[in-house]
Amino acid sequence: MLRSISLAIAGALTAASVAGFAAHAQDAASGTAGTDDPIKTRQTIMESFGASAKVGGGMIKGEIPYNPAVGQLVLATLDAGAHTFGHYFPEGSDTGDTEASPKIWQDMEGFHAKIGDLQEATAAAVKAKPQDLDAFKATFGKVAKNCKSCHEDYRVEKD
Amino acid sequence: MAKKLLAAAVVLAAAACAGFYVVTMPQPIAAAALPAHEPDVANGERLFLAGSCASCHAAPKAEGEAKLVLSGGLELDTDFGLFRVPNISSDPDAGIGSWSDIDFVNAMKRGLSPSGAHLYPAFPYTSYAKMRLADLLDLKAYLDTLPASSNRVAGHDLSFPYSLRRGIGLWKRLYLSEDPVIAVDENDAELMRGRYLVEGPGHCAQCHTPRDAFGGLETDRWLSGAPNPEGKGRIPNITPSDDGIGSWSLSDLTYYFESGFTPDFDSVGGPMVPVQENLAKLPPEDRAAIAAYLKAVPPLGDASDGGNSGGGNGGADNTGG
Repeated sequence: MLRSISLAIAGALTAASVAGFAAHAQDAASGTAGTDDPIKTRQTIMESFGASAKVGGGMIKGEIPYNPAVGQLVLATLDAGAHTFGHYFPEGSDTGDTEASPKIWQDMEGFHAKIGDLQEATAAAVKAKPQDLDAFKATFGKVAKNCKSCHEDYRVEKD
Repeated sequence: MAKKLLAAAVVLAAAACAGFYVVTMPQPIAAAALPAHEPDVANGERLFLAGSCASCHAAPKAEGEAKLVLSGGLELDTDFGLFRVPNISSDPDAGIGSWSDIDFVNAMKRGLSPSGAHLYPAFPYTSYAKMRLADLLDLKAYLDTLPASSNRVAGHDLSFPYSLRRGIGLWKRLYLSEDPVIAVDENDAELMRGRYLVEGPGHCAQCHTPRDAFGGLETDRWLSGAPNPEGKGRIPNITPSDDGIGSWSLSDLTYYFESGFTPDFDSVGGPMVPVQENLAKLPPEDRAAIAAYLKAVPPLGDASDGGNSGGGNGGADNTGG
């Protein structure tokens, strides 16, 4: 029990710091929102989303015991990613080892509107500070539905 | 001599035409074959969800209640040409409100319009052919309860020879069958239910199984993934192999159908999103049955062809409506 909580925390922390530092380092290095390897950077942030969602979902499924501090870490990690992710889709980063759909660059406005929705949801979730599993479920659910609403149009499976 | 040859050629050509005429003839089910049946509208709704009918037939990007207005208009840009999804709302003129039960059954099971014309298999009747008559009558009764839309949808824009409907009669002889594809233990009610949902109303194979040069499903590569017909990317392999869902447990599958999250908490995406949202509305035993069937089909690796990139890179956007 203790072990799984600490594992969960470690996982979420790693993800959060990876996302935060990657985004930070890239910004600092280039001095702009551009980056040498935007594909890698955004994939790293996306991995932190996945790792966080796995901890959040694991608590909801009952595979990981619920703990409010872990829950808050999950939400804060998602919030950090939501506020950095959108910077890493410059022109020309649509080809290569990426699942990003060409639609992103055809409809950058629509794509950023989706990211705006996600940011709104993660910011509200962090503020909500859920204290029990039912509250966490409701809060997490409002964030999680943004995953598929964006993936529906803007992500494709790789060949 | 030359005369004789010419005569022979004429006879042969006539025989060929007659032969083509015969083998491409529509083969409707007779109205008398329909069972006496008191329609169960709730079961019809369940089949409507399992088939995700609204994914294609609602106006593109419809949300909420608007998903129940089956006004058509979605454009499917394929290698064969541009298909426009028809209005199947209860409107008697623009939709299918004037169709009889047997008209509906023949469209679903035989791919025929009420006048007996062949329908293009972009409408996945090769799956619906496997549905029970009573279920189809229930589905029809449910569709009759949905709102009417007077939206007029233009016809398809197809290239020759696909523009000739008559040829579809021949195609059906090759690819249209009411028989199940995968043999399962007939005493296992859950597997039988899962097979019915996946191979019939769910029509999962229409996207998840590769097609041959004529657009027929390659049943020996059942559910092993396929190029995305709408552009970049692939439709995933959903057989229980390493390339597919081999590492997923039954509860991983049912959780995915319910929540849209994979075991790694990646989320559902693309055209699977509305499908998953409809699966989430089914009774839990149907999701469990689908999962059981997917774990029971032959495990297959991804095809190594990889090449066919489909048409263009844009895909079908939210045009039409």
